[in-house]
Amino acid sequence: MSAPQADRPAARATVPPVSAQPEPIKAIKLRHPWRIVFAVILILGLALFIYDASQRDAYGWDQFAKYIFDRRISQAALITLLMTIYSMVIAIVLGVILAVMRLSDNPVVKGVAWLYLWVFRGTPVYVQLVFWGLFTTIYATIDIGIPFTAPWTSIETKATIDVFWLAVIGLSLNEAAYMAEIVRAGILSVDPGQTEASKALGMGWSQSMRRIVIPQAMRIIIPPTGNEVISMLKTTSLVAAVPFSFDLYGRSRDISAVIFDPVPLLLVASAWYLLFTSILMVGQYFLEKRFSRGVGQAIEKRPNTETGALRTVGGPNDPTRPIDSKGSEHTK
Amino acid sequence: MTDVPMVNAEQVSKNFGSNEVLKGITLEVKRGEVLCLVGPSGSGKSTFLRCINHLERVDAGRLSVDGVLVGYEERDDKLYELKPNVAARQRRDIGMVFQRFNLFPHMTALENIIEAPMKVKGTAKAAAVARGKELLDRVGLAEKADAYPAHLSGGQQQRVAIARALAMDPKLMLFDEPTSALDPELVGDVLEVMKQLAASGMTMIVVTHEMGFAREVADSLVFMDGGVVVESGDPAEVLANPQHQRTKAFLSKVL
Repeated sequence: MSAPQADRPAARATVPPVSAQPEPIKAIKLRHPWRIVFAVILILGLALFIYDASQRDAYGWDQFAKYIFDRRISQAALITLLMTIYSMVIAIVLGVILAVMRLSDNPVVKGVAWLYLWVFRGTPVYVQLVFWGLFTTIYATIDIGIPFTAPWTSIETKATIDVFWLAVIGLSLNEAAYMAEIVRAGILSVDPGQTEASKALGMGWSQSMRRIVIPQAMRIIIPPTGNEVISMLKTTSLVAAVPFSFDLYGRSRDISAVIFDPVPLLLVASAWYLLFTSILMVGQYFLEKRFSRGVGQAIEKRPNTETGALRTVGGPNDPTRPIDSKGSEHTK
Repeated sequence: MTDVPMVNAEQVSKNFGSNEVLKGITLEVKRGEVLCLVGPSGSGKSTFLRCINHLERVDAGRLSVDGVLVGYEERDDKLYELKPNVAARQRRDIGMVFQRFNLFPHMTALENIIEAPMKVKGTAKAAAVARGKELLDRVGLAEKADAYPAHLSGGQQQRVAIARALAMDPKLMLFDEPTSALDPELVGDVLEVMKQLAASGMTMIVVTHEMGFAREVADSLVFMDGGVVVESGDPAEVLANPQHQRTKAFLSKVL
């Protein structure tokens, strides 16, 4: 390499001879005095708040300690958790169906999916839950048979449908609209060349979807879905609208009404919610790791400002970001 | 059986809306023949290639592979569009290599190769893996079986893509500008694999700008421009002594 270079005087002139190791730079470090000032102010403020809170009677820490592991509370926490899981499972299944419908070539199928999204995203979840609470009043009986003839059987809704399930239906139908958009964004983010390659290999539509497109879409779908699970856990506190009151927040509110002390039970409920969301965040981290196989280490993780959940950013095509804009619409 | 050409195109036309991309392509590819399609971009050569395995629908004319009509079925003098599963079955026997490789990024090199044999053909895993390893060895990437596409160079990815297509034991291989997305120093490895494949008797249609490859490997060369075949014949002859003005103009730029 160096031999032909040495022959050319021009090349020699532009590359000065390299001496020994360059001398390390000894510069005086730039000081950041304000950093320390702000840090101290923040720590002092936080310490003051904690000290004050621990002394303040209104927080009722003795009551907090008494009720945090109360049987009714832990049962309510379980119900909240189950409600979240059921609602999310239904919402994801329905969301995938709606997403596929929206990507369909059939204009009617597409239109119906759009209409669903329009209604369920365009009205507050609280209002929807009140509607579901009135479901058994609006539809007192469900008749099965041929329309306009005598029904074969008639089901009385009030006796058959539990309020818990009405709440789950309300939550999941609302959530499905958001999940549909997330899934659709995920599917659209997969390079069309992938579908083409799988087609060229002789795969059918469903095979290509299951084996090639969906696994790749998962990388885009999982982070916002994790946020949705966390969001759903908190939204369950709205089921009082149905009305259903055996969930975590409903139960703690009922107890506080009996003991005439609202604050400690709010803290109890908050502590449980925080515990669950923290566990979910850890689970999401591992799921994201699993589905970013083959993408190398190019994944930047940063906390989402709204929920603090981890989120994958920076894939070459990450269209969920503009679409995932529900934060402000949801009643938290 | 040998009388039936592998690919037979008669007046094949294709338009996207009002844009006529193919204006009656007529050509024949014999069994074991290597045909290079060259021409300026937008000349319709990639579209023609995609018509052959029905990634695009032919609008007019007739196109058949191994004597079987592509994308349609003829019954009682009427043409019927094929059901998706029948069309998929047709594509199995035609391998395709893309300009942008299109490897499945969530699968390792070996998984990429064994996916279709296992899921489409129902080959047993052990057999598919054995064949996959053999193919990887053939394209010179035996040690990269467990690497994900993101960790392979472009040339390596394209060679895996060729192995993936070969794993379906195709009777025809289509190459859509296989080296156009590669760094110059990686082109050679891919062309080498393609040369070996041609020597093994595979019928190949190659859309390419590699005139050296065309001259050395191809049995015939077709020059397309503006959706029509402008000139075709023996590669050495066409390249050395083009008859048509448009061919001359194009070759003067690329050679």
